[in-house]
Amino acid sequence: MAMTKTAGPVLTNGGVPPFQEGRIKIRVLSKANIAIRLTMLILAVLTIVGFATFNYQGVHLLKGLMSTLANFKTIFFQPQFAHFTLLEAIYQLFITLSLGVLTTLIGAIIALFLGMLAAENLSNKTVSNSIKGFVAVIRAVPTVLWVLIFAVSAGLGSVAAVIGMSFHSISYLTKAYSESFEELNQGTIEALEGCGASWWQIVCQAVLPSSLTSLISWTFIRFEINFGVSVAMGAAAGAGGIGYDMFMDSAFYYNLHEMGVITYLILIVAMLLEFMSIKIKNKVRA
Amino acid sequence: MRSNFLMKKRLYSGGILLVLVLLAFGAASMTEFSLAKCFSSIPKAIVWSLGNFYPVADSFAKLPDILAKLQETLLISIASASVAAIFALVFALIGSRVTKINNFLATLSRLIANIFRNIDVSIWALVLLFSFGQSSLTGYFALFVASFGFLTRAFMETIDEVGADTVEALRATGANFFSIVFQAVIPMSVSQLISWVLFMIETNIRAATLVGILTGSGIGFVFDLYYKKMDYHSASLVVLSIVLSILLIEQISNYVRRVML
Repeated sequence: MAMTKTAGPVLTNGGVPPFQEGRIKIRVLSKANIAIRLTMLILAVLTIVGFATFNYQGVHLLKGLMSTLANFKTIFFQPQFAHFTLLEAIYQLFITLSLGVLTTLIGAIIALFLGMLAAENLSNKTVSNSIKGFVAVIRAVPTVLWVLIFAVSAGLGSVAAVIGMSFHSISYLTKAYSESFEELNQGTIEALEGCGASWWQIVCQAVLPSSLTSLISWTFIRFEINFGVSVAMGAAAGAGGIGYDMFMDSAFYYNLHEMGVITYLILIVAMLLEFMSIKIKNKVRA
Repeated sequence: MRSNFLMKKRLYSGGILLVLVLLAFGAASMTEFSLAKCFSSIPKAIVWSLGNFYPVADSFAKLPDILAKLQETLLISIASASVAAIFALVFALIGSRVTKINNFLATLSRLIANIFRNIDVSIWALVLLFSFGQSSLTGYFALFVASFGFLTRAFMETIDEVGADTVEALRATGANFFSIVFQAVIPMSVSQLISWVLFMIETNIRAATLVGILTGSGIGFVFDLYYKKMDYHSASLVVLSIVLSILLIEQISNYVRRVML
């Protein structure tokens, strides 16, 4: 190493490049690496731009955070009923759960058919692609907007809420179902076709039985999501249930104690549902 | 024997069907939902939206206003997902089976992420409304907390999947925690992690509309304003701008994913 420093860049070694001191390059700047770095850079820049341009409306960040922490303390450590009893709260909770059940069932039935049409091994490529595109557009409209749009003609309430919430369920489940159907071995379908089985026979005797477990697992995961959605719709779009009580407590009564009760109830149900869906998922995988 | 098997199968599927129908009826009577009204209101809604729910020349005058709010909402969604990703990475590294420091910290970090994830974003928005009012910060923190909960779980699963063998090998050579994390775990999972962040941004934009309606900020507030004024033409323009921006962002992130993975 000392040699390279004293020898200087004269032509030695018969023109062979001199020994280079330094580290071996272990990272190659491939296209993927450039994409990763660029994405991170862009996200960082946009985050900074965001913080610079936010509409703060004179809210003091630190003061706000401190008071939020104080509010959390009230919510989690001093929950207390004021406007309704435990029984009524549980009744409202069941309404929210029922909205989730209805949405999931309607979504599952419609998605079952759309999923068959969207699965490439059960239909042709044009139909499959157009259904997938249609479903992507449906998903681009936020759920709350679907509910509010339907509320204009159906009136605020469970009908508008269930229809509006079903759109995203249909879109989500169609994608999940069609992917489950596509997992079926192509040989099975060919063998049945060779026997002269009709499309319905193939679907009912081969496709549905073999993908049933994963369909159930996806449906339950969606139910878990729909519970959260119907809480939100109760708060934002007048769908009723526990979400509406929470909205009233926050926006009109300013009652943090009762919000604490509601938060605990929702948290318990959400965790129970998650626990069940993990159990179902494990059972399906095994 | 064979007919017995088929009989059992039919009884079983019939039983499941019965349970589902009962469940549906129970839920419908609970919420006063009627399928007939549901079917009759869908054509009504289609007729109504064809007649009223499209932008007219008048509503395009409000476009600059809408676009300004849309930009704010997009930036909030991106900022909350990116900042949450940093916190989520730390919690995921502590909570993951592969890289955990000790069992106590791992359980604690899983518990925190669990609570944050299972409380819906609408609840966070309503709680934060008390201290931050109608500013962008309400939406930002609500989305931040929800993103944090979701990303921690997603990151944890990614790290669990990617790292187990490599981390074991490195540990056997005597590498310490930081070199394991920075030389193996993060480089191996970084593209997956970014893919999750992009997904979170898409989700956040949808959730931002909801949060905006609840807290009176961003694009959701603009929609709510026109909606309540029954200015449906302008409201439809808001919906259109949201849809276009979500589709655009989906395209961009799909492209990034293709190049990256």
